[in-house]
Amino acid sequence: MKKDFKFYKTLFLSTFSLSAFTVGGGYVIVPLMRKRFVEELKWIDEDEMLNLIAISQSAPGPIAVNASIIVGYRLAGVLGFLVSILGTILPPLIIITVISKFYDVFKTNKIVSTLLLGMRAGIAAVIIDVIINMVGKIVKSKNKVSIAIMIISFIAAVIFNINAALIIIICGIFGSSYYIFKLHKN
Amino acid sequence: MIYLQMFWSFFQIGLFSFGGGYAALPLIEHQVIDINKWLNLAEFADLLTISQMTPGPIALNAATFVGTKVAGLPGAIIATAGCVTPSCIIILILARLYYQYKNLSTIQGALKGLRPAVVSLIASAGISILSLAIFKTEGATINSFSINDINFISIILIAISLFLLRKFNANPMYVMLGTGVIGIFVYSIM
Repeated sequence: MKKDFKFYKTLFLSTFSLSAFTVGGGYVIVPLMRKRFVEELKWIDEDEMLNLIAISQSAPGPIAVNASIIVGYRLAGVLGFLVSILGTILPPLIIITVISKFYDVFKTNKIVSTLLLGMRAGIAAVIIDVIINMVGKIVKSKNKVSIAIMIISFIAAVIFNINAALIIIICGIFGSSYYIFKLHKN
Repeated sequence: MIYLQMFWSFFQIGLFSFGGGYAALPLIEHQVIDINKWLNLAEFADLLTISQMTPGPIALNAATFVGTKVAGLPGAIIATAGCVTPSCIIILILARLYYQYKNLSTIQGALKGLRPAVVSLIASAGISILSLAIFKTEGATINSFSINDINFISIILIAISLFLLRKFNANPMYVMLGTGVIGIFVYSIM
């Protein structure tokens, strides 16, 4: 892809709108980011995107910020990262500045609260859609190890409430030892 | 001086909050209420309410909220910058390492092990977002709820949205805004 003005404009508008419309924190923005950059723009492939997400989850700081830094850097180096992080931090900066001035009005406004209540349903549907796509890809790969890792880490996260960063580190260590073990056997 | 103090406080919040989202909450409370007394408890509760209703990571929302209150718009900008600086440094280092060594077989293996785990983590977060959407009562979960807790309007909206997304590849932004606008009308009548 050409790194012209249009490219940076698309990158900025993508991160800006992702940040502006995703209520509910990092785990909401990450699947949407994947949808935008992998499925719609086709700038990054699925496997690499999952690697980038893993890196952004294993570092400290807001995941939405981390993910946009690494995606911007991957696409266009330092300039790309500056453009995408600006797109990510501007919406909360603008929205909270405005709201903190009119907080009392905002808090009791019926239209605002019903709008947000309705949007929750849309966000849930978008995330289910993305999850179906991602799980489907792993199941279709018929790779037994991948499917087992997916099921076990899901149980670890949902039922045992184990920290996300810990799950990622353990799966990484397991993956590399498994790979070396297989290499030696052949 | 206050700018420097604020930058440093939010730098620490950015640096030590692992795991995203609400992991940052105790750190924000510690820096903003206990150490610096920039907010009182009631204002902190307001901040949480606003964060739940608005987009953006809670740490960034807090940075703007506290920054505006203490030192106006420049304060908001400096606190936000402090909050994202650790991420910028750490992620750029990790990204460089990743692109330098990604062809090593151990790294390849590690990444192969990571990917299905990332999918699971997204799915597990999806469950909490879904339960937030389908239950009216705060605190009701998949494990414990009664029939009165279920928000049927929301379930219908989710089903329609999912149908549009999967069948017609609808744009997610329009789907979210659409359910929001429908929400204004439907929930106002009910």
